[in-house]
Amino acid sequence: MRHIISVQLENESGALSRVSGLFSARGFNIESLTVATTNDPTLSRMTIVSVGDNDIIEQIVKQLNKLIDVVKVTDLTATEHIERELLLIKIAINNESQSRIETQFDQFDAKIIDVSEEVYTVELAGKSQKINDFIHAFNADEILEVSRTGVTGVCQK
Amino acid sequence: MKLNGAQILIDCLKSEGVKHIFGYPGGAVLHIYDALDACTVIDHILVRHEQGAVHAADGYARTSGKCGVALVTSGPGLTNAVTGIATAFTDSIPMVIISGQVPSAVIGSDAFQEVDAVGITRSCVKHNFLVKSADDVAQTVKKAFYIATTGRPGPVLIDITKDATIAEIEYEGYPETISMRSYQPEIQVDIEQIAKAIAIIETAKKPIIYSGGGSVIGNASKALTTLTQNTGFPITQTLMGLGAYPATDKQSLGMLGMHGTYESNMAMHDSDCIIAVGARFDDRITGNLEKFCPYAKIIHIDIDPSSVGKVVGVDVSIIGQVNDVLQVLIKGLEAKKLPNIDAWWKQINDWRLVDSMAYKTKQGVIKPQTVIETLYEVTGGNAIVTSDVGQHQMWAAQYYPFDKPRRWINSGGLGAMGFGLPAAMGAKIAKPELDVACVTGDGSIQMMLQELSTMLQFHTPVKIISLNNGYLGMVRQWQEFFYDKRYSMSYMDALPDFVKLAESYGHIGIRVEKEEDLKPALIEAFKQKDRTVFIDIITDPTENVFPMIPSGAGHHEMLLAGRDEMSSTHDSGLNLV
Repeated sequence: MRHIISVQLENESGALSRVSGLFSARGFNIESLTVATTNDPTLSRMTIVSVGDNDIIEQIVKQLNKLIDVVKVTDLTATEHIERELLLIKIAINNESQSRIETQFDQFDAKIIDVSEEVYTVELAGKSQKINDFIHAFNADEILEVSRTGVTGVCQK
Repeated sequence: MKLNGAQILIDCLKSEGVKHIFGYPGGAVLHIYDALDACTVIDHILVRHEQGAVHAADGYARTSGKCGVALVTSGPGLTNAVTGIATAFTDSIPMVIISGQVPSAVIGSDAFQEVDAVGITRSCVKHNFLVKSADDVAQTVKKAFYIATTGRPGPVLIDITKDATIAEIEYEGYPETISMRSYQPEIQVDIEQIAKAIAIIETAKKPIIYSGGGSVIGNASKALTTLTQNTGFPITQTLMGLGAYPATDKQSLGMLGMHGTYESNMAMHDSDCIIAVGARFDDRITGNLEKFCPYAKIIHIDIDPSSVGKVVGVDVSIIGQVNDVLQVLIKGLEAKKLPNIDAWWKQINDWRLVDSMAYKTKQGVIKPQTVIETLYEVTGGNAIVTSDVGQHQMWAAQYYPFDKPRRWINSGGLGAMGFGLPAAMGAKIAKPELDVACVTGDGSIQMMLQELSTMLQFHTPVKIISLNNGYLGMVRQWQEFFYDKRYSMSYMDALPDFVKLAESYGHIGIRVEKEEDLKPALIEAFKQKDRTVFIDIITDPTENVFPMIPSGAGHHEMLLAGRDEMSSTHDSGLNLV
């Protein structure tokens, strides 16, 4: 099962590699990992998406808690939570496809942030499934480049 | 007071109460060595290889219960230390390792003797720090000792750049207290979990206490003994736990696991209530997990939440300092009526009759088991015994019953050959009043032989009991059992003359080739209180460690010496390490 684990940790050099090193050393899987500082500049928040059965997720949470730099670990999927991911995608357009493609943008509420000759660069924020659906709305040869941030999330309460 | 970073570091170590440092100088730590030279309260032991420094600090820590300290230079100094650090990490030994680093201005430029020390050690330390400013030295040292010695202990590395040791700053003294929001090792014992544990214990018919290294490291020997004697339950101990409960007591069933006693393993298998105390269900203990303790409710007492449920699912976990938890549990059990387990003891005593530690003697050959039994006799069971890794390690654990904690010092988790000799040196420095024996083999001893030189210079007289069978015995044993006797690279041809070797290092060497010479030689060796004596004992080259749980088998499927044919297990050992 897919879990979103939110980790608050000391904003110190090497903290990221402690976490990523833990996952590789213990054979845990990482689907995505995002990290940035919080409103408290001494704290970073890392959001990790991992897939595993309950025993594995329990071990991941315990092992993360054991890292000296880690202040708090929350399995967001165990509570009411909000998750979002940001996509930047470059789509090739031509006279024939333009209106169909723009309709897709509208349907998904995606925002065109750069237009050049025959290429739109578009941003879309949403749940991972929505991002997947959006990407699949285009033909493979229309997609020039995809960059996703991975999931970030917060508890609702 | 204006001091440079190196002087501050040494002052911090003094303030921590450090009395001994094991180390080796080099370019990046010259300022530290210069500051150390001016310090009169810390003795520095100059090893001959950095791995020896860390193993010696480890042996010192295990024996004394204090935090071990090692000091190495950058680059190769640090990489040589890594095996020692990993050894301490796997066995949860409190230790602070200080490594020099190239000046901060050249970090990342592939400078001479530069390695990414923090990166290399990350997966084998409890925590590590890179210190690039003299301003950070005191705070970091305080944190390092705090982290290394609290919670589940472990090694902490401080990598300090040369410029940080040179820079002079205004030093305000060593911090008296420390608090870290991300690290809070104090744990309150959960009374509800204790109640759940008691409910299981009250109704048990076949209880057993399974105690591990946590009982030794957590100084819980006394509480463990009280619990065991108050309940009347049988107790079995892991390789790392030996000595926490007196092995010669009638409630002790001996060691469990791969080379444990028949009664221990059978009792674990048949038990309906296992009280695991500071033990982590290591693969050498459990054997085949699918066959592990099928009838038992498991109560797991451990300092480390991640140890719980990692290998084996448990019914009740109680997280906390083992000693604290045991105190509460003992109190909780006082008012309870404990189960009558006479029938269980009768069953256990029947298993004991199998006499699984019996071995056949052979005319004209010295059996390694006899050597350990004689060592026990000659030392009155009171020595500190360190060991290397292999067959001799198992025989030492099996045939030297330890009645006190911190007397049995071995690399249980990592299994690092070369550990025994430097660990013995560290142990002797920690407890000069006790006899220290290093049980080793002709393979292991050659991995850290150079420390014989350190032992002369720093006067650490230990007795080296080398079981010389000409083989890498444990490798040979597995090749015999599982690889059709294809002895690939397990024979040690061209061994040195260990007697002459010991003598060339300024020690006493004795070779023993006949059984009748064994005891007199050991008596003579231990009479030499001020000398290191290397006793090279030629033992049966074909002897194997029994009993044994072969790979894929459960606790109830042990193989016993003289009863079982190992060839029957032939194809099942290949997947095991």
